[in-house]
Amino acid sequence: MNRPKLKQWQEPVNIDAYPVGSTCPSDHLTSINAGWRTYRPVIDTDKCVMCLRCFLLCPDGVIDKSGEKLVIDYDYCKGCGICAHECKPGCIEMVKEEK
Amino acid sequence: MRKFISGNDAVAEGVRLARPHVISAYPITPQTIAVERLSEMVEDGSLKAEYMHVESEHSAMAAAMGVSSVGARAFTATSSQGLLYMAECLPYASGARMPIVMMNANRAIATPWNIYGDQMDSMFLLNSGWIQVYVEDAQEALDMMIQAYKIAEHPQVLAPMMVNLDGFVLTHTYELVEIPEQDKVDAFLPPIQMSKQVMALDDPKSLCISAGNDFNMEFKIKQERDLQNSVSVIESVDHEFHEAFGRKYHGMMECYKTEDADVVLITTGSITGTTRIVVDQMRAEGKKVGLLKLRYLRPFPAEQLRIALRDVKHVGVLDKNISFGYEGTIFTNVNSALSSLDTVPKTTNYIGGLGGRDITKGNIEEAFEQMMSSDHHDKIQYMNVRCEQ
Repeated sequence: MNRPKLKQWQEPVNIDAYPVGSTCPSDHLTSINAGWRTYRPVIDTDKCVMCLRCFLLCPDGVIDKSGEKLVIDYDYCKGCGICAHECKPGCIEMVKEEK
Repeated sequence: MRKFISGNDAVAEGVRLARPHVISAYPITPQTIAVERLSEMVEDGSLKAEYMHVESEHSAMAAAMGVSSVGARAFTATSSQGLLYMAECLPYASGARMPIVMMNANRAIATPWNIYGDQMDSMFLLNSGWIQVYVEDAQEALDMMIQAYKIAEHPQVLAPMMVNLDGFVLTHTYELVEIPEQDKVDAFLPPIQMSKQVMALDDPKSLCISAGNDFNMEFKIKQERDLQNSVSVIESVDHEFHEAFGRKYHGMMECYKTEDADVVLITTGSITGTTRIVVDQMRAEGKKVGLLKLRYLRPFPAEQLRIALRDVKHVGVLDKNISFGYEGTIFTNVNSALSSLDTVPKTTNYIGGLGGRDITKGNIEEAFEQMMSSDHHDKIQYMNVRCEQ
């Protein structure tokens, strides 16, 4: 999946090591962010027609289309369900997370 | 080349020489002529810059931040209500360490509605993280536009800078102004250097990131440390400017006949010129009076003030503002600086010029005479009031 990778956060050791100003390199992901999810979207890739509505409408951009089949990045999917709601063939199911 | 021009014209000439890439500005009296001149310069091709017509001062500063975030040189100008409308964006720019330069035409704040000059507007923004300088005349206004970029863009500073000139008294009066040669300015002020926080197409950045209660304080300490340390850059840039152009402004402040003075009046901006004349007159009468022209309010030259005023008996502070419920803002700052002296001079706050009220030579002479007399007087004195108080 062609997505930014998690980077280990190195805490600055002194004030000099802090960034100059409130700017940092983009794609600087320091942690996963999936704890909000109650239901996870699961794509039935056999039924999927690759219309890419879910890809276009996902507010967090976690649906990857670089491969032959769509893949959801569950590290950053918040479980909002927009993809399932918008999927015309109805091939995305919201499945309750089991802890 | 010398030209007979207004303070607003001088600002525009200085900005043209500094070669900004983008000017984003919204007109407001008494700044309007400065941005009109710049717009004409862009139109006639004598200034190769993008001129952005924005719908408000808030947008003017937001646009300037966009310009600065990709490493280009940004200029904007405002005044009074416009500055306050823009206020939300000012700490954004300073926190992101964007070396934007802005002219502010000091003007009264409503209400009562008033378009004339006092310094209430910029005092609101002392805590904004911007460097604040106040100029005495049109020549200094032009010269400070050039110095401002060099100071703001210095890698040890990286702070936005507000150049303040008194509305009407400076913006709309004419004087002979020396316009430096472009090649000399280019040698003094090289093109802006891309710094680490600047983004490019192949180096995307997240701007104005959040830092919560875990890391916010360290960012602020760094910003404060660098603004304090900008004093040495301000002084060295003024020194370099003197070598290149033959004019100097004495860095953070200028002491005029203070060495043996018993009584010193601290001024900012255009009233300094009037006070200079009064000091000369009173000196001719053998009275030991002096003038301290306070140029920078942020960073605040506390140590320099202590050194300059340690042997003075009485210090007056002329404030063209009131921090309602207390006193003049500069007075508070000066008293705080002097409080660590072993022998603290007496201090009096002269508040005047509000809403553009004249401060005459006579008013200033009265202030000096009052400070020299041993009679008791209230700590806060209003100058040139038209009725009984």
